[in-house]
Amino acid sequence: MLSYSVKRLLMLVPVLLGMTIIVFAIIHAIPGNPALTILGTKATPEAIHNLNQSLGLDQPLYVQYFTYLKNILSGHLGTSIQDNTSIASEIWPHLAATIELSFVAMVIAVVVGINAGIISAWKQNSVFDYAAMIIALIGVSMPIFWLGLLEQWAFSVKLNWLPSIGRTDIITTVQPITNLYLIDTLLEGQFAQFWMVVRHLILPAIALATIPTAIIARMTRSSMLEVLKSDYIRTAKAKGEHMFWIVYKYALKNAFIPILTVIGLQTGLLLGGAILTETIFGWPGIGLYVYNAIQYRDYPVIQSGILVISFIFVMVNFITDLLYGLFDPRIKYR
Amino acid sequence: MSQSVQNGAAKDLVKEKGPLASALTDFWRAFRKNKPAIVGAGIVLFFIVLAVFARFIAPQGINDQNINIRLEPPSAQHWLGTDDFGRDIFSRIVFGAQLSLRVGFLAVIGSIIFGTLLGVIAGYFGKFIDTVISRFFDILLAFPSILLSIAIVSVLGPSLNNALVAIAIVNVPVFGRLVRSRVLTVKEEEYIVAARSIGMGNTRIIFNHILPNSFAPVIVQGTLNIATAILDAAGLGFLGMGAQPPQPEWGTMLSASRQYITNAPWTVLFPGLAIVLVVVGFNLMGDGLRDALDPRMKN
Repeated sequence: MLSYSVKRLLMLVPVLLGMTIIVFAIIHAIPGNPALTILGTKATPEAIHNLNQSLGLDQPLYVQYFTYLKNILSGHLGTSIQDNTSIASEIWPHLAATIELSFVAMVIAVVVGINAGIISAWKQNSVFDYAAMIIALIGVSMPIFWLGLLEQWAFSVKLNWLPSIGRTDIITTVQPITNLYLIDTLLEGQFAQFWMVVRHLILPAIALATIPTAIIARMTRSSMLEVLKSDYIRTAKAKGEHMFWIVYKYALKNAFIPILTVIGLQTGLLLGGAILTETIFGWPGIGLYVYNAIQYRDYPVIQSGILVISFIFVMVNFITDLLYGLFDPRIKYR
Repeated sequence: MSQSVQNGAAKDLVKEKGPLASALTDFWRAFRKNKPAIVGAGIVLFFIVLAVFARFIAPQGINDQNINIRLEPPSAQHWLGTDDFGRDIFSRIVFGAQLSLRVGFLAVIGSIIFGTLLGVIAGYFGKFIDTVISRFFDILLAFPSILLSIAIVSVLGPSLNNALVAIAIVNVPVFGRLVRSRVLTVKEEEYIVAARSIGMGNTRIIFNHILPNSFAPVIVQGTLNIATAILDAAGLGFLGMGAQPPQPEWGTMLSASRQYITNAPWTVLFPGLAIVLVVVGFNLMGDGLRDALDPRMKN
């Protein structure tokens, strides 16, 4: 297991290096003069010269890349063109907001998706099965930004049940400790604030959870259907074991590997999908950070934002791979 | 048992009609039994008809404005209401079908062409070139797809065509990997060894034997990917990185109308419904094609 983990980790090196090359290339692939594109056509030659110098664009390409790589490895993600702040120090609060949102969305997706899939398989061809699978089909086919807008309209505008925008009320500031507000408010003992944070999380988390819920439900159903046909399940039934335990205790364990794969993949995709959800709900996460940077052509922020999200995506997939062995001892790592 | 009966029937057909016709008959027999797939194909056909005959179906032009009827609710005259410029939403959705289907089909065809090319080269020639191409696929797949599209559009500049290019690039490794794995399997089959031993060249082997054998999974994956391509294009349009107003792309329409959702929810409701419907159609059809063409791909 350990040697497999190390081997798998080493295999990540070329992928991660390739990612840095692609992200590095973003600014260089801009047609024409990147500094002119960033500053606009009214920029003075002096301003263009200064920007070229500060971005290092006046140096040979390989020098630029190795400087870039060295900076990333030492934790320097560059400086925002828009407000001259260090991206590395700006990025964590945004990332924390996205992680909190994605985590809650994933919990919803796993709990709802797995249970819906199990019940669908258990009661195959029942009304529940048909309804669940139709809802799941619509779920994977729905643009999440549209669902987000409809949620805002229904639950904020019409019913006035939940806030439609932001992480907190405008008048309240949460004292940031970890920047994960659910944890920070509890650490501070501010239970009213905790509840406010939860209320702000509900709508964006549901919107973000829709696609993974649907995909997990479909995968759980098909994986469970296969396992439920196997001999050992028939034996368990013959022994008079209660169906509930057969399904949740014996079948789920063997059906879990493909489900785990989708969970891992979807967790990574959530981080990418967050950009749409965050834009709609004004959620100050890394997606909104990148979105705003795009509006201002703030390429260093775009580059670093994409690099950080993709890095997490790769790591989540790596961890999922390692988890297989924990859930299925039949898998031998070589 | 019905499988073996079908196989038997198929063998008879081979004698009568030749292999392609019999494969098509087999396929149609399996496909038409799948009711959801027929519904999906019907939805897709419906949107294709809308797109092709948009000029005749849409009661008004794409950009016919009338400020006197701004944000009117659905009525007999304007079936789906009007938007903030007093444009007929139904007409714009009908014309929007042209844009969404074009992006969906062209992006997927583009990624199939380049993916197949790279996949065949990697799988057939192997060794160093395989390692290079496969690592390239790994790297592209290491980015969440929507993010990579955004990165590409941020370089090329926001427009529907650039969004199309971005979506195509992002999907290249999906088909590349698929074709590569098919090539690796087919390459070892005895009839390929036989073909090589009678002196058949690489190009002929690839075009006559390997590509036709990779066809089914590519068609299935392609249909499903049209669905995601349409969703991604709408997402990019919504973020202002795809089609630009006043183009009636559905995601762009949503983005332009979101501020009116309180007073005129229909301006947001119907473009979104159009996206859901067409994507459901392609998904159902793709699932049906998979079951009919390549049952092994199920799950």
